[in-house]
Amino acid sequence: MKTLFFILSLLISISACSLQSSGTLYEKLGEESGISAIVEDLIGLIGEDKQLFHFFAETKVSRFRNKLIEHLCFISDGPCVYTGDNMEDVHTGMHISEADFNRMVELLQQAMTTNQVPLPTQNLLLARLAPMRHQIVHI
Amino acid sequence: MTKYLYLFPLTLLFFSHLCGAANGKLLATPGVSQVEGSAGGGLVPWAQLAGYASEDEIAINGFCSRASVSDYRLDVCGAQLNWHDRIELSYAHQRFDVPALELQIEQNIFAAKIRIYGDLVYSRWPQLSAGIQHKRLQDPLVANLLGARHEQGTDLYLSASKLHLGAAFGYNWLWNLTGRYTQANQLGLLGFGAENKHASLQFETSTAVLLNNHLAFGIEYRQKPDQLGIKEDDWQDIFIAWFPNKTVSFTLAWLDLGSIAGANNQTGWYLSVNGYL
Repeated sequence: MKTLFFILSLLISISACSLQSSGTLYEKLGEESGISAIVEDLIGLIGEDKQLFHFFAETKVSRFRNKLIEHLCFISDGPCVYTGDNMEDVHTGMHISEADFNRMVELLQQAMTTNQVPLPTQNLLLARLAPMRHQIVHI
Repeated sequence: MTKYLYLFPLTLLFFSHLCGAANGKLLATPGVSQVEGSAGGGLVPWAQLAGYASEDEIAINGFCSRASVSDYRLDVCGAQLNWHDRIELSYAHQRFDVPALELQIEQNIFAAKIRIYGDLVYSRWPQLSAGIQHKRLQDPLVANLLGARHEQGTDLYLSASKLHLGAAFGYNWLWNLTGRYTQANQLGLLGFGAENKHASLQFETSTAVLLNNHLAFGIEYRQKPDQLGIKEDDWQDIFIAWFPNKTVSFTLAWLDLGSIAGANNQTGWYLSVNGYL
């Protein structure tokens, strides 16, 4: 039993040092077409979401779509430059709560699952988005 | 008490449909309920506060757990209140059975936890919480016979927890470290303190990997004081927890509790059901 615990702890510790498999996150997300499909589904989900829809009532959908695709491409090491406004400017005055932020995470997860993005790839994208939370929530 | 084991989650499910549940946290991130009623793993309290309440929500949760090892059985049921993901108040009732002696020991635990810093998922440093567990033994006979000095005691603990997104080959990885100042013998079921013994600092740790958004697999280790003449070992377990949605979770674990009151090699199963509002 003790040995089993030791081996398990070791395995979990080793696996915690994230192992870089080949290909950029952008490639794993399916490049431009993959990211576009995810964003399209995400927009559809937001449109039907009671908690989040009101934040987008005055949003121009075509611009939101393009800038989000660009942003996801950029942060996943794709060949794009993000030309939209910075996160703080976009979200200032919107009074987004922690729960709203997590709701968006859930919708993004749902959109990625719909597009058959493997869970590890989903988590790695979320890991890159998570540090921006303080520029989005409560500002 | 055991008869009503099933009623807890069912009642919670019923009420959750009536008044709408707190759901500001991500699925599985609050963890489950440990044997003393605080949010955590099965054995170890974690820095997370019970239930899905975020900063402006209130969560109410209930749970029942059974640990069944070679010579003993422990049944625990309890409830927690989470206020704005800042304060957790909990109550747990433990019933410890020694079938061979037809003996039962019951204990009540009143506990509170406060989140001091951070967010399990998003803050740069781990979430940090401090907690207190006040335990009142209802059947102190065995404790007195074994030389315990008190019939009630209070544990203080400090917990740090962090979930690292994608850190384990792309899977989310959680760890927790808890330091507990205690003089409880076997959770307090065998009383508190002993002749010439003082309260001491014990370390407890858990680590888990989320195999998907619904399933966590992990291990726990809980250091224990060894104050009475009979040997008290550290505890450990391997667990799998399933979170089908934000209203219910199920935990199954394999326990290795070592020597308890003179009976060696206490291994066995642990099953727990949590309901979240």
